[in-house]
Amino acid sequence: MSKTTDKVIDTDVAIIGGGLMGTSAALELRRQQRSVVVLEQGWCGAQASGVNYGGVRRQGRAACQLPLSQRAHAIWRRLEQTIGSDGEYIASGHLKLARSDADMQELIAYRDMAAAYGLELELLEAETLRRRYPWIGEQARGASLCAEDGHANPRLIAAAFARAAEQAGARLLQQSAVEEFGFDGNYFVLQNSRGERVRSRFLLNCSGAWGKEIAERFGETVSEQAIYPNMCVTEPLPPLMNLSLGVVGGAFYARQVERGNVVLGGGRGIGNLALDATRPRASSSFKALAALTGMVPALRNALVIRTWSGVEGETPDHQPVIGPSATTPGLLHAFGFSGAGFQLAPAVGEVLAELVTKGESSTPIDAFSIKRFAIQQASKQESKV
Amino acid sequence: MSASSPSPQIIIVGAGPAGVRAAQTLVEAGLRPIVIDENRRAGGQIYRQPPPGFVRSKKELYGFEAAKAEALHSSFDQLRPSIDYRPDTLVWNCMPGHSGQLDLLHAQRHATLPYTHLILCSGALDRVMPFPGWTLPGVYTLGAAQVALKAQGCVLDGRVVIAGSGPLLYLLAYQYAKAGADIVAVLDTARFGGKLRALPTLLRQPVTFAKGLYFMGWLRAKGIPLLDGVEQIAASGQQTIQNLRWTRGGKTTEIACDALATGFGLRSETQLAELAGCRFVFDELNQQWLPQRDDAGRSSVPAVYLAGDGSGIAGADAAELSGRAAALALLQDLGLPTNAAAKTAAEQESRRLARTLRSNLQFRQGLETAFPTAVHWARNCADDLVICRCEEITAGQLRRSVQQEGTVEINRLKAMTRVGMGRCQGRVCGAAAAEILAHATGVSVAEAGRLRVQAPVKPIPVSAALAAEEQT
Repeated sequence: MSKTTDKVIDTDVAIIGGGLMGTSAALELRRQQRSVVVLEQGWCGAQASGVNYGGVRRQGRAACQLPLSQRAHAIWRRLEQTIGSDGEYIASGHLKLARSDADMQELIAYRDMAAAYGLELELLEAETLRRRYPWIGEQARGASLCAEDGHANPRLIAAAFARAAEQAGARLLQQSAVEEFGFDGNYFVLQNSRGERVRSRFLLNCSGAWGKEIAERFGETVSEQAIYPNMCVTEPLPPLMNLSLGVVGGAFYARQVERGNVVLGGGRGIGNLALDATRPRASSSFKALAALTGMVPALRNALVIRTWSGVEGETPDHQPVIGPSATTPGLLHAFGFSGAGFQLAPAVGEVLAELVTKGESSTPIDAFSIKRFAIQQASKQESKV
Repeated sequence: MSASSPSPQIIIVGAGPAGVRAAQTLVEAGLRPIVIDENRRAGGQIYRQPPPGFVRSKKELYGFEAAKAEALHSSFDQLRPSIDYRPDTLVWNCMPGHSGQLDLLHAQRHATLPYTHLILCSGALDRVMPFPGWTLPGVYTLGAAQVALKAQGCVLDGRVVIAGSGPLLYLLAYQYAKAGADIVAVLDTARFGGKLRALPTLLRQPVTFAKGLYFMGWLRAKGIPLLDGVEQIAASGQQTIQNLRWTRGGKTTEIACDALATGFGLRSETQLAELAGCRFVFDELNQQWLPQRDDAGRSSVPAVYLAGDGSGIAGADAAELSGRAAALALLQDLGLPTNAAAKTAAEQESRRLARTLRSNLQFRQGLETAFPTAVHWARNCADDLVICRCEEITAGQLRRSVQQEGTVEINRLKAMTRVGMGRCQGRVCGAAAAEILAHATGVSVAEAGRLRVQAPVKPIPVSAALAAEEQT
């Protein structure tokens, strides 16, 4: 039970969720002189934004995401000027491996599609691949290289965005879950668990796996389910993998960090939407380790020192929800990134700021409209009749 | 579950004093528990047995405690045919739920084991408080120095200093001196004044107290310098420790030495209880987050029981009692014994055990007064002192995160600085990091939060995962 205070914090924009989407939007909005309050139920950047794999990757994204992803890429390249920290970001290159001829065909088709969006990929036949990266094992039949993709440390990046937003003048209310939602046709009034009330003209729903619940408060139905990516990390090892790895089919993704540890993802853990209620699964870790060592045999002798999971929101079409609400003027959504939001975040922040200040995005986001779920609902209803 | 349900699969983790007595109690009731132990032979840390082939008398190994060690070992030997014993096996994960499951590592192979009931007797580890030079080769914990003696029959070589606090300090010095070690000084960071204040409570267990006095008298008689109220110890040397410096009463002394054994009491190993889903509370006496347990050892999770030093430091005698108490509670929860008279007797015994354990706890409180953990340590430690040796994180880095990044919580501190992210996963450095954080933010250690545990409890080889994956 929260205590109510008479205090009302007036702001141009209220943001629910202090992850990367919310804080990158807050930072950009402050640059455009808008006042911003971020309400975060836990600590800023402690959920999916801070515990994800850390892939800064365009390769492999659906065509509809590539314009946004390209925009994000440009921001990542000047990240240190943006947030005052490099967050261990490195444009190491991203290699997507093929295990069969069919996989290679898929990579070729993807390269041809991506070229139309200005994303250049280099296809490597097995022999070239192993000559260039002798640590890659026999299982690889070829690969597609995106030379400027890379990886970063999500723990540091998420915290750095929050700090940059705060230094730019955004107000961060942490340990501050929103308990009451109001909209009077013009203004949103939110009340948090500390009894504080925030009144704003705009409300940004940047709540990750909790985005669906927030949308429902405003009468919008979204098919979003929680997923729990499964992660492990080895002890620090001598330098071996100098780029980020993925594989067609997604059995694993792996990168070696500056310190020498190999961070590995693949499969799912378990959990629920309470804070810190996720668990990795040994069986998922084992499958990912088997897939990884199939491609990088030298890692067979490493030690695993930690496993973990986190919670992300996934939609049926694996595309995020970005853009204006279909029911409530001034409400903007950015959630449901389906396990692939980390790289996009800086561009999403800019797009949200554009939507607030100009009413439109300069990058196409139609594919991410929340309306697509309403249409699905309607067609389901019709088919029942 | 009632007695008529399908037979329970009871797993006891740990074959020290608590685990052995729990197993014995279950066997007496006609059950066949699985006993998993990380060591190759039963006995735990205190009654650790040498590897097969080493022949040393119990008297040599355990001194005053020889009879207790003998009793525990022979009890266990008698139990062997009636239990499913899995020595040399690490429990590295616990997944609770309706079908609870443990992940094990044995002989570099992975295995899983379902349980219906779990008795966690996971023991303790030295409390490490970093000081200058603590990561130099030649610096050991008191526990490690004692393991060398009990398991391998060897002592640290050359001139040895024994420093720190807690009852183990004088015990180890005595054991080492008897084994022929060259002890050049015993440095106690507690003051004699504290010991006097604790006297009334210590006298509740006069035998234990007398042993401590005996060790000190014996050491003095051998001409070994015993100094109390020692502060600011610092080791230095090129490749290994060569010198140890300390201050006492405002005066700084430095001596040459070849090895240092140091410790500041013990910390419960609580990782498995956390992974099992147990609720934790901050315990002021232990200055540690501990799994909640009732008098009998029931945790907050049904069918998960806690015994021994793994859920609060109380020593070996208490561990034997709490192991029995937890097993009796488990039996009671299974509806055993069914016979009314036996049931009454069991209930009476449970109450008696609870009373004894409570009185033991008061003795422990007395010990804490006599050997207080150096609470002011965090204030004095220099910025360049390494706190997390796996990740090479200094006190200064932790303080900077507080000052520049506004970090106020231990898991955030881990995320920001990597403290506790290395091979030990915070088992060694977590307490020190929390103390630095608490001091830097001006809150209590409890308010700094609890460092969350993730599996594996200890590192596991990738090759074990691969072998397991091939089997599926």
